Amino acid sequence: MLPIDFIFYIFSLVTISAASFVIFSNNSVHSVLWLILAFISAAGLFILLNAEFIAMLVVVVYVGAVAVLFLFVVMMLNSDPPSKQVKFSNFIPVGIITALVIFVELGLIFSGWTFAENTYIANKNFIDTTENNTMSLGKVLYTEYFLSFQISGIILLVAMVGAIVLTLSKRDNVKRQGVVDQMYRDPKKSVSLKDIKPGQGL
Amino acid sequence: MIGLEHYLFVAASLFVIGIFGIFLNRRNVIIVLMSIEIMLLSINLNMVSFSYFLSDFKGQVFSMFILTVAAAEAAIGLAILVCYFRNKGSISIGSVNSMKG
Repeated sequence: MLPIDFIFYIFSLVTISAASFVIFSNNSVHSVLWLILAFISAAGLFILLNAEFIAMLVVVVYVGAVAVLFLFVVMMLNSDPPSKQVKFSNFIPVGIITALVIFVELGLIFSGWTFAENTYIANKNFIDTTENNTMSLGKVLYTEYFLSFQISGIILLVAMVGAIVLTLSKRDNVKRQGVVDQMYRDPKKSVSLKDIKPGQGL
Repeated sequence: MIGLEHYLFVAASLFVIGIFGIFLNRRNVIIVLMSIEIMLLSINLNMVSFSYFLSDFKGQVFSMFILTVAAAEAAIGLAILVCYFRNKGSISIGSVNSMKG
């Protein structure tokens, strides 16, 4: 067995077992930590597939942003029930049947996979092994897929605005700065001269 | 020698684990979101492995788009969860079925 095969088996075994620990773990925080392990070992698989940029992107986006966001929400909501006993849901037989059916179907599809003869002719974006991965990915992404790239940026913007709108809550007893009111304040209306006689109050 | 089938087997196992996680879950909605993230990761693995074995860049480009959508989905889903927790005081699976329509 080649050493690269050995590395593949280690990474895939770690990925699959970490993913199953995510769903079987009793503690939500432990689930997030197993999720981080699954992402990192999947990044190792991406590196084995010569996709270094995607691997680093998975580490940065998934581990750095998404998993930390999950961790924040898990710790903020403190959702674990006080009773320690494990209560399985009623849908387990349905879940097992669905998962088995999908797994068998995917296995039937993928087990004897052969590419059609003209697949390589239809392929326009060949991977150039003389360049590094990031440079050639950028060449494809910023020319042929430029519009899709911009649309994905807009999707991120919409997600950001949506998340802010959903979680922003207005409280009544908090004093806020009224910027427009301040800008349209007029000195003629708000300041006046009063002539006060000595010995008298206002 | 590691071929395309090995990677596809890993991706299929991850996908099935994600599906099973949605059914198995008995505590809260966060695990469901994590299962969806695992499923999206397996799709990414499929895309990148086909891109490698066809030596075509389209797979990696689309895996970037999937990554974008996954990040957006996680942000929106967690925001909905926080909003829901603020209203109901719990995020257990049993109480979420009141979100009708």
